[in-house]
Amino acid sequence: MALRFEILGRFNRARASQLTLPHFVCQTPLFMPVGTQGTIKGLMTSQLEEIGCQIILGNTYHLALRPTSEVIDELGGLHKFMNWTRALLTDSGGFQMVSLLHLADITEKGVTFQSPVDGKPMLLTPEESIEIQNRIGADIIMALDDVVRTTITGPRIEEAMYRTLRWIDRCIAAHKRPNEQNLFGIVQGGLDPVLRDICVKGLVDRNLPGDICVKGLVDRNLPGYAIGGLAGGEDKDSFWRVVAQCTAALPEDKPRYVMGVGYPLDIVVCSALGADMYDCVYPTRTARFGTALVPEGVLKLKHRTMADDTRPIDPTCTCMVCKNYTRAYIHCLVTKDAMGSQLLSYHNLYYMMKLSRDLHSAIIEGQFPEFVRSFLQKMFPKGDVPEWVCNAMEVAGIDISLCCAPFSSSQD
Amino acid sequence: MKFGVKAWSKGRARAGVIQLIGEMEIETPALVLSTRKGLPFFISPDLFPSLPSPDSHFLHVSPLHFLEGLTPKTISNIGGLHQMLGLHEFGFAAVPRDSIVCLPDCDSTNKTGASFETPCGRLLIKPVEYMKMISSMNPNLWVTLADEVPAWVSEKRNKTSVDRTLRWLDDCIALNSIGGAVLGAIVGGSSVEERRRCAQEVAKRNVSGYWIGGFGLGESMEERSTLLNTVTDNLPEQKPRKICGLELPEEVLQGIASGVDLFHSTYIYHLTIGGFALTFPLDRTVGNVSTPQLSDIGSDGTKINLKATVYRKDTSPIVDGCSCYTCQNHTKAYINHLLNVHEMLAQTLLEIHNTHHYLGFFRVIRESIKDGKFEEFWEQFIGNRREHIFAASLTA
Repeated sequence: MALRFEILGRFNRARASQLTLPHFVCQTPLFMPVGTQGTIKGLMTSQLEEIGCQIILGNTYHLALRPTSEVIDELGGLHKFMNWTRALLTDSGGFQMVSLLHLADITEKGVTFQSPVDGKPMLLTPEESIEIQNRIGADIIMALDDVVRTTITGPRIEEAMYRTLRWIDRCIAAHKRPNEQNLFGIVQGGLDPVLRDICVKGLVDRNLPGDICVKGLVDRNLPGYAIGGLAGGEDKDSFWRVVAQCTAALPEDKPRYVMGVGYPLDIVVCSALGADMYDCVYPTRTARFGTALVPEGVLKLKHRTMADDTRPIDPTCTCMVCKNYTRAYIHCLVTKDAMGSQLLSYHNLYYMMKLSRDLHSAIIEGQFPEFVRSFLQKMFPKGDVPEWVCNAMEVAGIDISLCCAPFSSSQD
Repeated sequence: MKFGVKAWSKGRARAGVIQLIGEMEIETPALVLSTRKGLPFFISPDLFPSLPSPDSHFLHVSPLHFLEGLTPKTISNIGGLHQMLGLHEFGFAAVPRDSIVCLPDCDSTNKTGASFETPCGRLLIKPVEYMKMISSMNPNLWVTLADEVPAWVSEKRNKTSVDRTLRWLDDCIALNSIGGAVLGAIVGGSSVEERRRCAQEVAKRNVSGYWIGGFGLGESMEERSTLLNTVTDNLPEQKPRKICGLELPEEVLQGIASGVDLFHSTYIYHLTIGGFALTFPLDRTVGNVSTPQLSDIGSDGTKINLKATVYRKDTSPIVDGCSCYTCQNHTKAYINHLLNVHEMLAQTLLEIHNTHHYLGFFRVIRESIKDGKFEEFWEQFIGNRREHIFAASLTA
């Protein structure tokens, strides 16, 4: 195991921790921006450091295509290649394959697909996914899982869950750098609590017997766990319940990573339920479409009402974009000039990093419920907090009745 | 604005100092950087401190860029360019033509206004409208509205362009309500007589400096020097001369040799979007032609094409010893990858390096003028480049 996870503060299920990785000491809860092809679109590593990014994601599928994991390895690993000195996480490549390639087929061997380069059939096995990720060299690597959309029902989900468990064993066996890279297992099982439970237990029980112990593995448990298969269009009510169930069942002393999440509201809820790490393309992607993240929700800079609005995007934000630019100016840039995309991405990531820091310090300072209430009041000033959030907060043990009541005092 | 000539070469080239903002002095000949709506194309403002200062603090803005979404009223409400862009320590020169997307369209220009091709389509800009834009932007320097024509127009059309440009100059000055320094526009196409006439007339007006228009629109390099000399010989020494349309190093040197002080060049932009990085040597020592290596396949000795596969695993910086952010932090291999996967960061890194490098070129030129060795530098530079390109063509 190549990480240390130390819980520094709690509120019910929520926890704030210090996560020590080979390249960086991180504080959770944290959001990880997605740098798909070895870069966060349009932003430099120095800017990411300034904003406070701790871990960024690289997509194995994209990097294996270009420039290839062999080239990255030859040039000293992804950290050196992109000159990012903090932490990196790579995914297994499986999700992109399933979502980007329309002729992907999943068998026990692995994921077969048509190479986007020359159309030839190719196979991504658990072993190969780990090999590629070993070459890329990220601090955290993900096991290849059998990903199934939560909108699918039927026996396929059960099949995928059991296969994920068999594949984790193959991943563990194939992992050549356990002292430098942390292999996270992914809990699958769709929206079925029974299946999820089986999966969690299976992953947790991977205390490998000594005769399968991979040479170099210091600790036989997995260093961390991810909750996968969500953030794919399922209803919010199912979404939070799966997260709640998994966080309840996963070990306390290991980090929990909810993949593909996402919206600031979702991150606050999941943190209340006991998750620690998140990733999503949303903040940077929505920036490229001209949408800014603000405490009230979103601000669509493309809208013509922005054309003469001389206020900053968010008067409470201290980023260089909000300190220097008006909505009107950003409006004339967005979707037309690269600079618009860059400035909004900068602001949106700044917002997400601040959210991460605020979650961490609120928990540590014993102010977490107040933070959650304040967050919800800004986002739902009329008190119309969605029911799923109310239900989730009840399970999380956080009283948000002041935010939800139709005649709440927050309206004064 | 304050300007003064401090050193002369043996010919018309001169080195000077221009003061636009407070105490900040920018040495001339200077490069005025291209912008889109006031900001660089890819370098966000928090990265500006990494560029040479104060060299990088002189920016070109086209008022026409803002027609795409920002009214003069809103710009005024925000407080003008400096406030709007958060660039208070920067000098802005407002010129309608940006040589990239805002181009003079002489066929549609008429007696009421100058026509430009812009991202919003073809627009006719009249002096009244133009001055509204200028007054809302409140730049440090601005150019009067000109009727620029390419080299191949008829004599009659060329003469008309001079008459119009002079009339609009007077109109703009009369409509002027802000304090910025005015650069009187001088046109005249490829006619020496018209160039002389226009220059003499503009020299009589109460302007702070001169903007030499109509170049980079089809004239040959051979005829250019004569035309430029005709203009500058008829202008007072102690006022600055700015020009658009002279982009490449060779053209810039030509302009400097004729006594031009400020250059708006889009060379950096075109290099950047093409995936090129400047590599020509910036020292003044003689004999800079290195033996072309096989690894120079992506290069012609003056710049490299980072899309070339030869850079796929090249872990060296673009230029060894270059102190720009890109060369200090990133490798050719990484930029090659970014270009291959169409990532915007490639352009950001390239614009930083190319800006740094081209500003370095201007600095070296200024030093040679101050040392009284400009003519030698010019000759040697051209000679070297011819040899590089010749040598590169041998290995191709």
